[in-house]
Amino acid sequence: MELTLWTYEGPPHIGAMRIASSMKGVHYVLHAPQGDTYADLLFTMIERRGKRPPVTYTTFQARDLGGDTAELVKGHIREAVERFQPDALLVGESCTAELIQDQPGSLAKGMGYEIPIVNLELPAYSKKENWGGAETFYQLVRGLLKNHSQNQPDHKPTAWKSEGRRPRVNLLGPSLLGFRCRDDILEIQKILSQHGIDINVIAPLEASPADLIRLTKADANVCLYPEIAESTCIWLERTFGHPYTKTIPIGVGATQDFIEEVHKILELDFPTAKEEIDQSRLTWYSNSVDSNYLTGKRVFIFGDGTHAISAARIADKELGFKVVGIGTYSREMARQVRSVAKELELEALITNDYLEVEEAIKECAPELVLGTQMERHSAKRLGIPCAVISTPMHVQDVPARYSPQMGWEGANVIFDDWVHPLMMGLEEHLIGMFRHDFEFTDGHQSHLGHVGGSTKETEAAQSQTIQDSIDSNRADHLPCWTSEGEIELSKIPFFVRGKVRKNTEKYARQIGCQEIDGEILLDAKAHFKA
Amino acid sequence: MSGATLLKETGPKEVFCGLTSIVWLHRRMPDAFFLVVGSRTCAHLIQSAAGVMIFAEPRFGTAILEERDLAGLADAHEELDRVVKNLLTRRPEIRTLFLVGSCPSEVIKIDLARAAERLNSQFNGKVTILNYSGSGIETTFTQGEDGALKALVPLMPESQHKQLLLVGTLANAVEDRLITIFKRLGINKIDSFPPRQSTQLPSVGPGTKILLTQPYLTDTARVLKDRGAEILEAPFPLGVEGSRLWIEAAAKSFGVNQSLVDETLEPLIIRARKALKPYIEKLNGKKLFLLPESQLEIPLARFLQMECGMELLEIGTPYLNREMMKPEIDLLPENVRIVEGQHVEKQLDRVREKKADLVVCGMGLANPLEAEGFSTKWSIEMVFSPIHGIDQAADLAELFARPLIRHDLLNPTSH
Ligand code: SF4
Ligand code: SF4
Repeated sequence: MELTLWTYEGPPHIGAMRIASSMKGVHYVLHAPQGDTYADLLFTMIERRGKRPPVTYTTFQARDLGGDTAELVKGHIREAVERFQPDALLVGESCTAELIQDQPGSLAKGMGYEIPIVNLELPAYSKKENWGGAETFYQLVRGLLKNHSQNQPDHKPTAWKSEGRRPRVNLLGPSLLGFRCRDDILEIQKILSQHGIDINVIAPLEASPADLIRLTKADANVCLYPEIAESTCIWLERTFGHPYTKTIPIGVGATQDFIEEVHKILELDFPTAKEEIDQSRLTWYSNSVDSNYLTGKRVFIFGDGTHAISAARIADKELGFKVVGIGTYSREMARQVRSVAKELELEALITNDYLEVEEAIKECAPELVLGTQMERHSAKRLGIPCAVISTPMHVQDVPARYSPQMGWEGANVIFDDWVHPLMMGLEEHLIGMFRHDFEFTDGHQSHLGHVGGSTKETEAAQSQTIQDSIDSNRADHLPCWTSEGEIELSKIPFFVRGKVRKNTEKYARQIGCQEIDGEILLDAKAHFKA
Repeated sequence: MSGATLLKETGPKEVFCGLTSIVWLHRRMPDAFFLVVGSRTCAHLIQSAAGVMIFAEPRFGTAILEERDLAGLADAHEELDRVVKNLLTRRPEIRTLFLVGSCPSEVIKIDLARAAERLNSQFNGKVTILNYSGSGIETTFTQGEDGALKALVPLMPESQHKQLLLVGTLANAVEDRLITIFKRLGINKIDSFPPRQSTQLPSVGPGTKILLTQPYLTDTARVLKDRGAEILEAPFPLGVEGSRLWIEAAAKSFGVNQSLVDETLEPLIIRARKALKPYIEKLNGKKLFLLPESQLEIPLARFLQMECGMELLEIGTPYLNREMMKPEIDLLPENVRIVEGQHVEKQLDRVREKKADLVVCGMGLANPLEAEGFSTKWSIEMVFSPIHGIDQAADLAELFARPLIRHDLLNPTSH
């Protein structure tokens, strides 16, 4: 038994949902109790998507357990196939269904449908979300390519030359609830096309089962998110001889290396000059005089494997920070993170316990935390600025604007995202110093309000002090508040309290009332609503 | 029962499980801790339902079952003891610990009642350990609160005095306000349950008259009745009329003079009606569809129809307790469709077919409906917002008017 207060990853069937929801024409029948339908909100609220995930839950109840749950499962499969007419069906179970062993996947296969059916067995008591996503993607690709001409042992990533066409690659790994995947693939697509490389298939995001069947038509695979795509890439290499890239193009150096790696695999002519000078502003910005204060800033890094490793390289090599701690919750990538840590003369923190991470942050007292939403909260408690670099994410990690992490533009975005909290930290400090200047007393606050440092409590306290100073200068003709009235007022959320106070006083003056109690406050509220 | 059409539906549901109640219960009783004995899914659910709002140190957590716990049950009990001990060492301020059952713990039959008993004797009065089920195979959404409160009832001290007890979690400000009003009516011995500190339980006994503030407390009401209390029959305190009838039920039972009641409530009612007016203009004649989620659907529908003039297309409810809902259903117009249970796909088909103007639904469904052009309101907001009582009627109406106002602002030509 493991005690958790917050978790970085959901259960493995959430990973499966990420694959199903990312794709077109795939439906997932999930044998699960009704409460498990909460998962829909991850997609419709956090990702703010206008579509429900393509998932039918069997929502079985205790009273069904005595009876024939197998029939219940089949009924839902039948209804789902009829209603949604998918091109491929995923069938699986959540943690509770796993215990009752109905084997929904086998049931579905016995129902005589023409469409490909993938039976997902995702052990809910030992595995987690990313693993579930990777396994689902892999099973789906394998299932769909099963009947495909097995061996192309003579596959050559240079075939494009003899066939007289442009080389083409697959981009593998982007999925919903992945960190900024939507924008990353646009950026990578742009870079590759500038080098005369075409995209064969992007998957799973926006791909259909038919697209997955076309995967073998590429010359090579680009593995963008190893958490999701590595097992598939390995299988494609083993089965069809397709090589795949190992560099994740996050940061200027890594993007450059990535481009070189792709060229080497495809035996394309090597790009002669480095592109970064024209392409990304990160390099010049971090060289500029304004960045002097970034020198040696102590940063702590925690996130999924891919983003943590990339962040370390950028921080260390491209911004001149000092990495004082690094870790990941992705056990699958522990080895890689450990070796990065070793290079930095650190010991990697591999844990799923956010409290342990918070302790580690406290311990090494960084000036900036690069983490997940949880580290953002920990950092806020510790009064340290923080930028979010990894899942698990929050609605604010799905910005409306274009903001990739990968490629040249990704490097620009990262520069801004990491450096702003530090500047805001400086600004916050100045505001603290000048707090008593009248210009600052009208509730002015830095943008850090949302990122770190100042909390709602201090904001409330601040507005309280402002109010107090107003109170002491109160003109005589203003109506006064009874203590009961003040108590009523204090129950109103602080961010509208000022407005309510003003309105109530205005109302009291209008009706010629000198003393404001709770009733007057409510009268006024009603008056201004009407 | 009046002429409402009561229907049942079975099929795929889209409702939270009872674990979700923890999200508001832990804020109500800050000295309590809710430990779910469950899976990673359960942990992920409360985290997601809490809106990724990470509190300093949440007062809830999950003891996640792992493969080795499933192998043998004796092991699971030892493991649970270990986890509880760790937790209580880390958090010495905890006074009440709820062990919350989940689907997995129920399916593999971990006996949490026995675990609670065992742990109680180990902690010897320093911490009270209770248990209830929040599992999705037994409970929906708000029923978790019912389970938690029911578990507390045996600990309530006995009292023979004539007293009023408000039962169900309310926003503190609303609760204070309601108590003030009862005091004006001369009802001075008044308490609420759950209390703001888990250790300050109100007393109960034959003289206790109970007003339920929430419609989902079926089991709690039953065990309180077993303690000799009387459940006053009334609609729920939502809207001007519901709240008035609810307050009057207590007044009557305490022999308060009707003229004092009128004198006290009349100004509040006039003021509330005045404040309601702009929202009524917005809501009047609009078609409302409530999908089942919080069990507040029937009282909400009653208020929105009776006082705001909305047209009711359908009232979905996860579960219908006919006896408890009778005063509400009596206030509904003839032939209103009340659908107990759910087939979410068919319900959504009806939402589309009947062209609802406003849909009250769970968080997973809202954005997809918005994308189809429907205005929506989250059910869960009703259990967090201060909506009870006469003074809150306009705020309650505003919650429903706002999506319509926004829709009109953004789509000025569509009406
Ligand atoms: S439905 Fe059951 S398994 Fe799912 S979160 Fe709720 S209690 Fe846990
Ligand atoms: S309301 Fe949304 S943005 Fe605000 S803390 Fe909660 S989840 Fe985050």
